[in-house]
This record gives sequence, C-alpha cells and structure tokens, in this order.
Amino acid sequence: MVLAVFSLFLFSFFTPFLCRVFQKKSGWLFSLLPLSLTLYFLSQTSLILQGQTLTHTFEWVPLLNFSFSFHLDGLSYLFAMLICGIGTVIVFYSGSYLEGDRYLGRFFCSLFVFMGSMLGVVLSNNVLVLFVFWELTSLSSYFLIGYNHEKKESRYAALQALLVTGLGGLALLVAVLMAGSAVGSFEITVWVERWQTLISSPYISAIVILVLLAAFTKSAQFPFHFWLPNAMQAPTPVSAYLHSSTMVKAGIYLVARLNPVFSETPLWFTTIEIAGLTTMIVGAVLSFTQNQYKLVLAYMTVTALGMILFLLGMGTAYSVAAALVFILVHALYKAALFLIAGAVDHETGEKDLRKLSGLRSKMPLTAIIALVCGLSMAGVPPLFGFIGKELFLESTLKTQLFYPLNIWVVSFTSLFIVCAACFTGLKPFFGKLAVTPKKPHEAPLALYLGPLIFAVLSVGFGLYPKVLDSFVTASVHTLVRSSSDHVHLALWHGFNQAFFISMTVLAVGVAFYLLRDVSLKLFKPLAIFKSLGPEKAYQIFLKILNSVAKTQTLILQNGFLRYYVFFIILTAVFLCGWVVFLHQETLQMTFNFSDIKFHEFLLVLLIIAATLASTVLRSRISAIISLGVVGYGVSVIFVIFGAPDLAMTQIVIETLIVVLFILVFYHLKPFQNLSSKGSKLRDALLALSAGALMTFLVLAAQDVQYAESISPYFEQNSWLLAHGRNVVNVILVDFRALDTLGEITVLAIAGLGIFILLKLKLGKK
Amino acid sequence: MSFWLAIIVGVLYSAGIYMMMRRSVVKLIIGLALLSHAANLLIFTGAGIVREKAPIISKFQETVSNNADPLPQALVLTAIVISFGVLAFALVLTHRAVESVGTDDLDQMKETDT
Amino acid sequence: MHSIILRTATVFLKYLLLVFSVYLLLGGHNEPGGGFVGGLVAASAFILFAIAYNVEEARKRLRIEPAVLIGIGLLTALFSGLIPVILNKSFLTGVWFHGHSEIFGDIHIGSPLFFDVGVYLVVLGVTVKIIFSLLEEV
Repeated sequence: MVLAVFSLFLFSFFTPFLCRVFQKKSGWLFSLLPLSLTLYFLSQTSLILQGQTLTHTFEWVPLLNFSFSFHLDGLSYLFAMLICGIGTVIVFYSGSYLEGDRYLGRFFCSLFVFMGSMLGVVLSNNVLVLFVFWELTSLSSYFLIGYNHEKKESRYAALQALLVTGLGGLALLVAVLMAGSAVGSFEITVWVERWQTLISSPYISAIVILVLLAAFTKSAQFPFHFWLPNAMQAPTPVSAYLHSSTMVKAGIYLVARLNPVFSETPLWFTTIEIAGLTTMIVGAVLSFTQNQYKLVLAYMTVTALGMILFLLGMGTAYSVAAALVFILVHALYKAALFLIAGAVDHETGEKDLRKLSGLRSKMPLTAIIALVCGLSMAGVPPLFGFIGKELFLESTLKTQLFYPLNIWVVSFTSLFIVCAACFTGLKPFFGKLAVTPKKPHEAPLALYLGPLIFAVLSVGFGLYPKVLDSFVTASVHTLVRSSSDHVHLALWHGFNQAFFISMTVLAVGVAFYLLRDVSLKLFKPLAIFKSLGPEKAYQIFLKILNSVAKTQTLILQNGFLRYYVFFIILTAVFLCGWVVFLHQETLQMTFNFSDIKFHEFLLVLLIIAATLASTVLRSRISAIISLGVVGYGVSVIFVIFGAPDLAMTQIVIETLIVVLFILVFYHLKPFQNLSSKGSKLRDALLALSAGALMTFLVLAAQDVQYAESISPYFEQNSWLLAHGRNVVNVILVDFRALDTLGEITVLAIAGLGIFILLKLKLGKK
Repeated sequence: MSFWLAIIVGVLYSAGIYMMMRRSVVKLIIGLALLSHAANLLIFTGAGIVREKAPIISKFQETVSNNADPLPQALVLTAIVISFGVLAFALVLTHRAVESVGTDDLDQMKETDT
Repeated sequence: MHSIILRTATVFLKYLLLVFSVYLLLGGHNEPGGGFVGGLVAASAFILFAIAYNVEEARKRLRIEPAVLIGIGLLTALFSGLIPVILNKSFLTGVWFHGHSEIFGDIHIGSPLFFDVGVYLVVLGVTVKIIFSLLEEV
C-alpha cells in the first residue's frame, strides 16, 4: 500500500526520460503502472467486504508521536479504485490526446505526482501526512492547469486554483494542529475513538470552520466554486481526472472521513447542508447559461459536488451510502463525458456546443458512449445514474433539516442536470451534421476505449447494483457511528414519491432543454452576478494584497543597506531593552572591576584604542592595520584565558586577513567624508546603545544557567573514549565532527565562490 | 576581568555596527570584521572564563576539570575560520563590485543597480 | 616584490612552516594544534612564497591545484566518517587502532586523525586558492 504511493512518486521522476525513449508508446506503457495498482487494490476487495482495514505504520519521529501511518478501509478503497482505475484510462488517453506534444514528459511527471499525492491523501491515517499530500495535489494541479503556460488564461487559472486551494490547505493545517493538540494525537482513527474529547474542546467551532474551509475550497463549493470552471484551461484529460473525478473529491473525502468525529456538532452539518444546497443550485443554473462543452460539464461537476456534500451532511447511514454510490456514479459518467468532449474537440476542432450536431454518422461509437453516459447523468433507468438519483431523492425526502425547501432545490437542480445531459450527451451527435473546422471522423481507439469502459460499467452497475451492496454496507459502517441498518441497492424501488419526482423532473427537464433559447432569456439578469460574484472578490483581494506587498517592500527594502542595518539594530535594541526594563528587578549582577592585572589592563586599553582607531582613521592602510591590532589583541586574550588553539588560529587568520585587505584595497582612494554630521551622530548613538546592550547581556549571562552544561561530558570522556588529550580538538574532530564536516564544506564552497567571482571577470575580458 | 571583557565586547559591537552603517563599502567590511571579533569574544566571555588553564588533559591523568570550558572554544574556533571565509568572500565581492562600478560609495552603487 | 632578504628567508621559512604545520596537525589531538591551524600555517608558507617570488612559482611548489586539494580534503573527511559505517557503527564515530612497536612505542591511529587531515587539506586548499586568485588578479 505504501509502496503504491511511493512507486508513483518514484516513477514520476523518470517519466521525462522514458517519454523521450518510448515517444508514442509512452501513453499505454505508462498506464501499466496505475493498472497494476488497480489490480492490487482489487485484490484487497475481500478484506474490505469483511469490514476490515489494512494498516501500515512507519515511525518517523517517535519522540513527537509522529508516524507515517496508512490505512485502507471502505472509503479509502473506493477512492483508491477511482484514482488508479480512472488514472489508468487517463494516462492511456493522454498518450494519444497529447501525442507529439513538446512537454509530454513534463505532463506525465506532474500527472504521476498528482496520482501519488491523491492516493496519499485517501490512504493516510495521520492528518499531518494527509496535509502534506493534500498540498501536493494542489501543487501538481497548478502545474497541470498551467500546462499551456504560454497562454495568459492558463497561468491565471492555475494561479487562481493554487491560491484558493492553497488557502484551504493552510486552514486545514491550522485546524489539524488545533484538533491534534486537543486530542493528543494526529491519527484519524484515534480522533474517531475520542470524538467526545475533541468536540468538547473550546476551539471546536474554529476547528470545524477551518476544516470545512479546506474541504469547500478543494471541492469547489460556493462561494469558492469559481476556480473550477477556470481550471478547464487544463488539457482535457486533466479536467476529466483532477477536476471531475479525483482532486475535487478530496474535500468530499475529508468531510466523509471526519464525519464520525464532528457529526454531533450542529455547526458541522448545518454548514455542510447550506453549502451543499447553495452550490448545487448555483452550479446548475450557471451550467445552463454556458455554451462551451467543457464549461457546461465543469459547472455540472460543481453541482454534483454540492449534491454529494449535501448527502454527507445529513449523516444518516442511508444518505452516506447514497453519497458513496453517487461518487462512483458521477465519476463514471463525468470522466467519460469529459473524455468525449476532448475526443470531439480533437476530431472536429470545435468547442462550442451550439455549433456541434449530427456527429453520429461520423463518430458512431463515440455517439453511443456519449448517449449512455448522458442518459446515466440524466438518471434514466436502467442506468447506474438512475440508482444514484433515486438514492439521492430518497435521502432528501427522509431528512428533516430545511424541509421542504430542500426538495424544491433538489428538484430544480435535477431539472438542470437533465438539461445539461441532453446538451452534452445528445446534442452534438444527433440532428443535422454541422460544419466544423476539422473534418470529423471516428476517434482513435485510445480516445474512446476509456469512455467505453466507463459506459459499460454504468450499464453494468445499473443492471446489477447488488454487487455493490456488501461494499456499501461495509464502508458505511466505518463512516457513520450509529449504523446498524443494511442498505440495499436496487434498480426498482416501486412507485414511490422519489420515482414520481424523478420522472417528472425528467419530463420537465427535456421540455426545458427543447425550449432552451427561450428559457435562456429568463436567466439574462443573472449576468450582473458575474461582475459582482466571488471571482470579483478574489480579484480585488489579490489586487489589495499585491499593492500592500509593493508598498511595504518599497518602505522596508529601499535598497540602502545602512537603513536595513539601522532598522534591524534599532528593533533589536528596542525589544531587548524593553524586556530588560520589564524584568529589571529579577536581574542580579555583580561587577568586579578590580579583578584585573596591570598587563591585562594595558591590553584592554590597547584593544579599545585600536578599535576606535579603525573607525575614525582616514587612511585605509592605517584603518586596516588597526583592525589587525584588534585581532592580535583578541588572540592575546585567548592566550591569557587558556585557549591556545584559538590564539594560534586567530593570529594566523588575522595575518591573512590583513594581507587580503591590503591586496584588495591597496589601490583605492582614501576614505572620503560621505555622511553628514547629523547622520554620523545618529548612527553613533544607535551603535553605542547596541554596544551597551551587548555588554549588559554578557554580564547578565554569566550568572545565569538555564540548562546543565554539556562540557563536563567532553572533559570526562575526551581521553577515555576518544583518546585525545586536547579536549577542544577532540570536540572538533570526534564528538562534534559532523558540525566540522559541515563547516569545512561551507569553507570549500566559499573558496570556490571566490574563485568563480574572480573568473567571471576574466570571462568578460 | 570578565567585566572588562564585557566592555571590550560592547566597544567592538558599537564600532562594528557604526561601521556597517557607513556609506563606504570598505568601512562596511571593516565593520564586518569587528563584528565577528565581537561575536567570538561574546561567546568566549559569556561562558565564563578561567585564567591560563587550557582544557588539555595532562599526562598520567584521565580527565580534566576546573579548567577553561572547552565547548565555547570549539565553537569559537569554527567561528573564526568561517568568518575568515565570509570575510574573504565579502572582500572579493566588493573588489569586483568596486572594479566594475567604479566607486566604493554604496549610494552610488545603488544607482547602478537596475 | 623584490626583496633579496625576504626571498632568501622564504626558502628556509617555507620548510620550517611546513614542518611546523605537520607537527601541529599530528600533535593536535593531545596538545594545542589541529587541522585548522595546521592548514593555515601550511597555507601561509605558500602564500609567503607567492608574495616573495610570484604566484606561478608558488603554484609549482604546491604541485597540486588548490581546488583539487579542497576536493581531496572533503573526501578524506567524509571517508573517515564512513569507516565506522562499514564496521556497523554510526557515521563519524571514532574508530581506533592500538598497536605497539619496538621503535615508536605505543601507537594510536584513529579515524579522527584522518578527519583532521581532511580539515587540514580543505583549509590549506581554500586559503591558498583565495590568496593565489587575488594575487593573480591584482
């Protein structure tokens, strides 16, 4: 299981090279990896059906109780199957769809990184690990949306998706840290066990809101839905994969996963219900006003995500089962339709649905697949979509919250879904053949094989829904705390209320579609919302953020080094001085002026005089030599206080530094008087107060010991363990040799850097 | 004596910071050198000082105690060498900058920075 | 620089400094000294030579390109850390060989010594590299 995640990451490294080697074959060759992972997860089916979970744990930082832990239960299994199964098709499809593209290797690299991180999200049991994978999906999605990076719109959409989902990611991190400290563990299974501790935490409202913020941004819930349609700038396989069947469902996954933890808090389920209802109707209405193939589908995805969230929010065993089924239903028809949209675009060069019709004669197979998927989407029996919709309506009818408003919203939404299904599944293929930029003909195998499989599954699951029964029961068990009832999936539920609504919606929806041109006028006034919508808010927010950043950069990073130094020192002096001032009574310092011998006093005077000389002298050489005197003086201090190693090193280094200074500055003019008297005085005052503070700190530090010194350990063991009598040297080359190794590496880099700096100039000449 | 060493640390810090705020790049580097002396002495003095007893285990003995603390010495030794590397790098960098810009005045250098 | 006295003195001083640097390096474990100061003293021998004569002459005396010295030094330090890894101890643990010979008395050779040699070579290489490059530049 862990290998599954990491094999994808590992493989992503090699894709650019492999792509160069295999060229056209890379698509189907690469798809073998997700295929084998699918088979692996399939082999775990019997385990899942028994309601068991598969877990793997690696200790990472045992001291912090932090480990890489992964587990596979019903929910994870469903998502893993979607990720790997659809992933197989997508990789296969992309090889043909993007054939000969310059950046194909890069594309596959991002795609496999995404696949790995998405799998990581649904398999990790540790929320911090989940967070890391969560952010990785955002990042890889950024690269995939911005794949056509030469287009401005692509870059805009990619950045938007990254910022919106990244915001959610940060919210998730905060929520996870708060919840983790409340429970005392970062394992999801522990959270589920100790849910009472968690929801009695004083911060529970903040935790719930932040978790939901993460889920809503990722799953494109209103008012964060706007990034998803923009993300359609990505190549079609990416839209089919990330933005319909997997990544956008990460938010759903999070809600489903944490449902047993938070389901007792009213804030949790009311927020989810409101968001779900709003999102489904907003998405539905907006999709109706769109004409582009992929955009209609994108808004439909927004709607579907709202529906799934709405189901999860109800929190009953029946509704959660409905949500699980609907996730599968939606993934099957939506991925297929996206891929068909891509195939149609590939073959005809036309994206506008209004200009597409009658392709049935040219692309018969694609037309049949589209028909099946469209009907599944509309919820026509005996397809899988019908079962999903029945469950959806039944759950809605059973709930009390927002009754009867929810029935109306759900019915209207379904109406628009039927419309969109007709528009995307039927319209392009029936009627009179329209003229398109390219001459259409049947798509190649790679472009229709995937959708074909999905369509067959849609039919299969529709006719034999029983195969999913035990799986759904087993999974629901882990997601709803008080569930004992079994859920039975069936095509035929009898003439009940749900069936009645379903059929009415179907009939009205078709009628609505046929009168599309007329009814579109009804939605004209909605155009105002485009300029006032959440996307506008996003743009304004971004503008403000940028201008704030610009202004503060101009103030703080003004390009004058001495002001940087000035403000840094000023802040440090002020803050340290403030703390000292606050705690002055706790400081006890003993001054001992007289503990000094005559020659030492002379040395002190010499060093101070040389220091002052190096600052005030006009001549460069004199200043440099004064600096040398300071250095030698310091080394004499080392001699007096028992540090012969330091003294020797200091003397040699000081000599070398003087040589260096003279080599570099010998031929420069003497110092000029560049600063005004006022600024000199100001700088001197600040420098003196900083110096006074440091003196004070040294004196204060001497009587303070916060922790036991580790020096006695070195003194005790230097000879016995390390066979060296010079303790300082033993520390350097034995006890702390790793630090020294780092240090000489830095030194080597500095040396090479200097060499290169000097070489650069030679190159110029 | 540690009082007097603390005074030296203060003087070195003052001088170093003052020099770093000057416009001449040469003064800036002298300031950097003074600052590294200051930091070394700060560590050395802050840990407590002992006269004349180096942390070296004498023959026929197995441990040492009540001598100068070896740990700050090890720290300072690496700091001396590293600050040499940094100073040399800074020197060469300034050398190149002064040579290609033709001035050692940081304000005039800023003008050339586009 | 053309100073006969300096040049003549340098010839002798060079060997003196080099011998002293090796003494510092080898004795550093038990007495004041060690790789850092040893490397610096060795470097000053070559730098003195470069100032008294010229860089080209000094490079000839050094025989090895300083950058190569840096590389050898880093690798020596690294491998001295890897010896204990082979013996199934953690990285950079000191490993000692204790022997006795009629002529030299007790001998202790340990991986820290090799580590110190690495430090010596890196410090020598870096210092010489910096000063030589600058001398050639000015």
